[in-house]
Amino acid sequence: MIKTLAAQIKEFKKASVITPVFMILEVIFETLIPFLMASIIDDGVEAGNMRHIYVIGAFMIVAALCGLLCGVMGGRFGARASTGFARNLRQAMFENIQTFSFSNLDKFSTAGLVTRLTTDVTNVQNAYQMLLRMAFRAPVSMICAMTMAFMINARLASVYLIAVCLLAVVLVFIIRGAMKYFQQAFPKYDALNASVQENVSAIRVVKAYVREDYETDKLKKASQAIYDIFTKAESQVVLNMPVMQLTVYICIMLISWLGAKQIVNSTLTTGELMSLLTYCMNILSSLMMLSMIFVMLTMSEASAERICEVLNEKSDLTNPESPIYEVPNGEIVFEHVDFSYHKDGCKPILQDINLRIQPGETVGIIGGTGSSKTSLVNLISRLYDVTEGTVKVGGHDVRDYDMDSLRNQVAVVLQKNVLFSGTILENLRWGDGDATEEECRRACRLACADEFVEKMPQGYHTFIEQGGANVSGGQKQRLCIARALLKKPRVLILDDSTSAVDTATDAKIRKAFAEEIPDTTKLIIAQRISSVQHADHIIVLENGQINGYGTHEELVENNEIYREVFESQTGGSGDFDEKAGEA
Amino acid sequence: MPGPGTRGRMPMQGKKIENPGKVFKRLMGYVAKNYAPHLVLVAILILVSVLANVQGTMFIQKLIDDYITPMLTQETPDFHPLAMAIARVAVFYGIGVAASYAWNKMMVYVTQGTLQNVRNDLFSHMETLPIKYFDTHAHGDIMSVYTNDTDTLRQMISQSMPQVFNSAITIVSVLISMIILSVPLTVVTLVMVAVMLVITSKVAGLSGRYFLQQQQDLGKVNGYIEEMMNGQKVVKVFCHEEESVAQFTQLNDNLYHSADRANYLVNIVGPVNMQLGNVSYVVCAIVGGALALSGISGLTLGALASFLTFNKSFNQPINQVSQQFNSIVMALAGAERIFRMMDEEPETDEGYVSLVNVREENGVLTETKERTGRWAWRHEHQADHSVDYVELKGAVVFDGVDFGYNDEKIVLHDVKLFAEPGQKIAFVGSTGAGKTTITNLINRFYDIQDGKIRYDGINVNKIKKADLRRSLGIVLQDTHLFTGTVMENIRYGKLDATDEEVIAAARLANADVFIRHLSDGYDTMLTGDGANLSQGQRQLLAIARAAIADPPVLILDEATSSIDTRTERIVQDGMDKLMKGRTTFVIAHRLSTVKNSDCIMVLEQGRIIERGTHDQLLEAKGKYYQLYTGNAIAN
Repeated sequence: MIKTLAAQIKEFKKASVITPVFMILEVIFETLIPFLMASIIDDGVEAGNMRHIYVIGAFMIVAALCGLLCGVMGGRFGARASTGFARNLRQAMFENIQTFSFSNLDKFSTAGLVTRLTTDVTNVQNAYQMLLRMAFRAPVSMICAMTMAFMINARLASVYLIAVCLLAVVLVFIIRGAMKYFQQAFPKYDALNASVQENVSAIRVVKAYVREDYETDKLKKASQAIYDIFTKAESQVVLNMPVMQLTVYICIMLISWLGAKQIVNSTLTTGELMSLLTYCMNILSSLMMLSMIFVMLTMSEASAERICEVLNEKSDLTNPESPIYEVPNGEIVFEHVDFSYHKDGCKPILQDINLRIQPGETVGIIGGTGSSKTSLVNLISRLYDVTEGTVKVGGHDVRDYDMDSLRNQVAVVLQKNVLFSGTILENLRWGDGDATEEECRRACRLACADEFVEKMPQGYHTFIEQGGANVSGGQKQRLCIARALLKKPRVLILDDSTSAVDTATDAKIRKAFAEEIPDTTKLIIAQRISSVQHADHIIVLENGQINGYGTHEELVENNEIYREVFESQTGGSGDFDEKAGEA
Repeated sequence: MPGPGTRGRMPMQGKKIENPGKVFKRLMGYVAKNYAPHLVLVAILILVSVLANVQGTMFIQKLIDDYITPMLTQETPDFHPLAMAIARVAVFYGIGVAASYAWNKMMVYVTQGTLQNVRNDLFSHMETLPIKYFDTHAHGDIMSVYTNDTDTLRQMISQSMPQVFNSAITIVSVLISMIILSVPLTVVTLVMVAVMLVITSKVAGLSGRYFLQQQQDLGKVNGYIEEMMNGQKVVKVFCHEEESVAQFTQLNDNLYHSADRANYLVNIVGPVNMQLGNVSYVVCAIVGGALALSGISGLTLGALASFLTFNKSFNQPINQVSQQFNSIVMALAGAERIFRMMDEEPETDEGYVSLVNVREENGVLTETKERTGRWAWRHEHQADHSVDYVELKGAVVFDGVDFGYNDEKIVLHDVKLFAEPGQKIAFVGSTGAGKTTITNLINRFYDIQDGKIRYDGINVNKIKKADLRRSLGIVLQDTHLFTGTVMENIRYGKLDATDEEVIAAARLANADVFIRHLSDGYDTMLTGDGANLSQGQRQLLAIARAAIADPPVLILDEATSSIDTRTERIVQDGMDKLMKGRTTFVIAHRLSTVKNSDCIMVLEQGRIIERGTHDQLLEAKGKYYQLYTGNAIAN
């Protein structure tokens, strides 16, 4: 994990090395000061030597200025290293995600990827900065102060050594106890958030059933659980402070007592005693700092792991060595194709598919939920690789094409489609970056999107909000079709892409396709019979197998499933907005 | 949901706090509301622990002058006074440690308790907000009030507040001690502190500006990430990877630059203060040394040593307060958003007609506490306090209703309709014609601009909203389920339903069969809005939920073609059983539903343009006829 992350430091290696160096230097200068202080009191004040005070004072000021310089530089490079590291992590993840195949993407949820790119990166950034600036500083500060203390008086300094060991043991116990509770707390916290989230999205149900009080009671229980567990965890954490104070106070008293005895015996000077007392704080607060760093790093470990999952994920689709860039025609052939989303031998969801679709044909695909319609068409533009057999487009195996070229010439309008924030024109030009406005208009006309676009106050320059929030479902679908048309593809695949478009418009779009792009092979997945009944051929899928293939008339005649669906839609229980095949 | 949607939502990040002082005062008031005695006690305990600490510092001063120096002149040093002094100081230290533990522990309860109150208050207030609030606020923004904003409060209450108070006491007490020890050295220290403050405020101001810039850039990067991750599959299909990386790189670089600067400035506040503190320490040593040697101000060696310790203790709290600056600013911004949500106007309910159980005796309805299965509206007339009972039947009348999500844009015009008890009214029309909107008015999810809606002859505005909604069952097109078992989800419609009643409702809705096939049957846990169920199964549960509530009036939003035909038939059958004998408003997509309706309303652009039975409308050869035969025309 550390190797993966460290590889992303890249150009910030220098800053990452310099930061701790400056931080250590800062500590050294800081430790020097009380030492010089003792010298001022002992050799300057007590000896009545003003010159000594000036000289040592000057040294001290220089030390403070050097310390300042080091501190500022440490801050400067620490900020650069950590924010740069965060930038590289985000960039590397984002770029790697762009190479992900659909099956890679299926492994991570969208929300999971977003959290990794945002919150997790921020956590790691903070931990990294802490590591560079504090993790080196604190132990060095402790060692320096300890060394100085031993140089002054080894017998008294051993009091600190014992104190540090004892405090360390106690802190470990406290933190362990707290971490145990914190780990229990996070799921409770998630549960509370889930409950709020649920209520925000289902507020209509809550209000319709007048369950406001019921929901509030539920939430109060969840927030009470959080209160209980967090007060337990925090009660452990707050022990840190008094324990630390207690240790400091005991040290001060011990040193005062033992120090006084030594001064009386003339083995210690008063100045040295003062310095020893100053180091007390340094040593113990460094230890405290270390325990905090430890907690922070442990907490960010989970984030680091999640980031590594993304960074280490390799795309399972690769380009061939000498790829073909041109798809000669829209012929599609499936030969003994088996497909399964998971490689490890569970039942394939497509079994022994054999198909031959001529260029320019219109083919409809019908089948119930889970009959693998989408999986079937996703193989054509190589969004997934087949498990067995071959899929050929234009006479070549899809795995022999350059992936970008294949996908540009085999256009898919996905079932779960999105528009991006930007103008309508910008969205359309995803299909073809160089398309003129005229070409965009034509595509919209084919997709029956021209009417509503032109009615909008800014027409094609209307700004689409994130996720297409300001257009209706049907309008979105039509814009998505237009966007795909701009690719001027050899094959066009519509995956249930007109479900929110009314039947009349749906028919108009199909008519336009037939007249305007006759050479393009068209595959249409639909729930409504009316969307496919005029196709050249219709495929009936059932449980991942082709159950029927033929024209509408043939299938009504001899395919039981098709007939059943057809009758249910045209008989008494059909869709109102799409009455009737025979009409 | 058609309507204003997420358009025009306010960006929440990067906005300046309007009145930080007011927000701070309100926040303090909020904490004090439940924890005033605790806060007073915490303040006293902090005072005690600070004084104990100061006491210790004073001891160090006396250590050299009063105990060690005299011993040096004695023949046989008498350690007894020193032992006594240490014992005395030990007592003070003991008290200090105890006080510090006590206030830290109390603050845990104050902090967590306040956060709990914030969550509970936010939530119970949110439940009272009108649907409109949820339409006009992005769900992510609402969530972030519960998560990010509440978190910033924890930081502030548990750390910044005691820290600032602690520092203030330390500063005051140390300042007094310093003045007692040596006025000239105090002046020197104060001058250095002034320099420190000037520099800190300069740096803090600058860092604040970059900090805001960083938050804005972070918001942009996060927004872009969210959008792209949602559309990642589309990016792949369009081979748009390079373009999306290019745009991301630019945003990411901007963030890096502003984050770098903001962090840099935050980082240097600490060292700058600390080293200035050290310089101040040195200056005091030199000036103090000179004074002690010359003996002008009567400064002793011990006093100088003590003063220098004070000097350090004086700089430390100032340094700490300046470090808290950013987290206080962030917490106030969070508190402002929390209060803004708490200040949102709740749904108004001026209704006074309530729903009660009744029994009929000699043709007269009398109110009863028993569950008789017969309901009536209890109408207490405001003028003379006489009480009427009108039996709940389910007659609904719209009279000239106008409605708009805001006053400027009316989306429903002059809607007139009436439904007799037990009738089935179907709404048809294209997407966005206003079908769903009409059904949302019956249960008063939205209030109308003009006209009247009557329920059993009573203006719905006079009926208590809770009672009104209790008498209406709704099955929405997008099904929402809650985390919990299947049993609990169905029981949502009637909280005191027995297991047998739940199962009976599931049977009625055709849900029983699939539920029994689930791994744990009725005890199967549903999470994430029922993510482990298919769309059709979720709908069946929603129907069962409505069935168990057994309302006289039903509002149904039929599913469109997102489920396959076989499942749809099962769902439809469930709906048909549910509709039997109830007044039903149905947003219809299916032919059979429409055909069987007592009255069909054809909507277009917010107006009812045709009404009648199926046969009547076909004969009229209007829009309905067109819709009905639409396929044929288009071909």
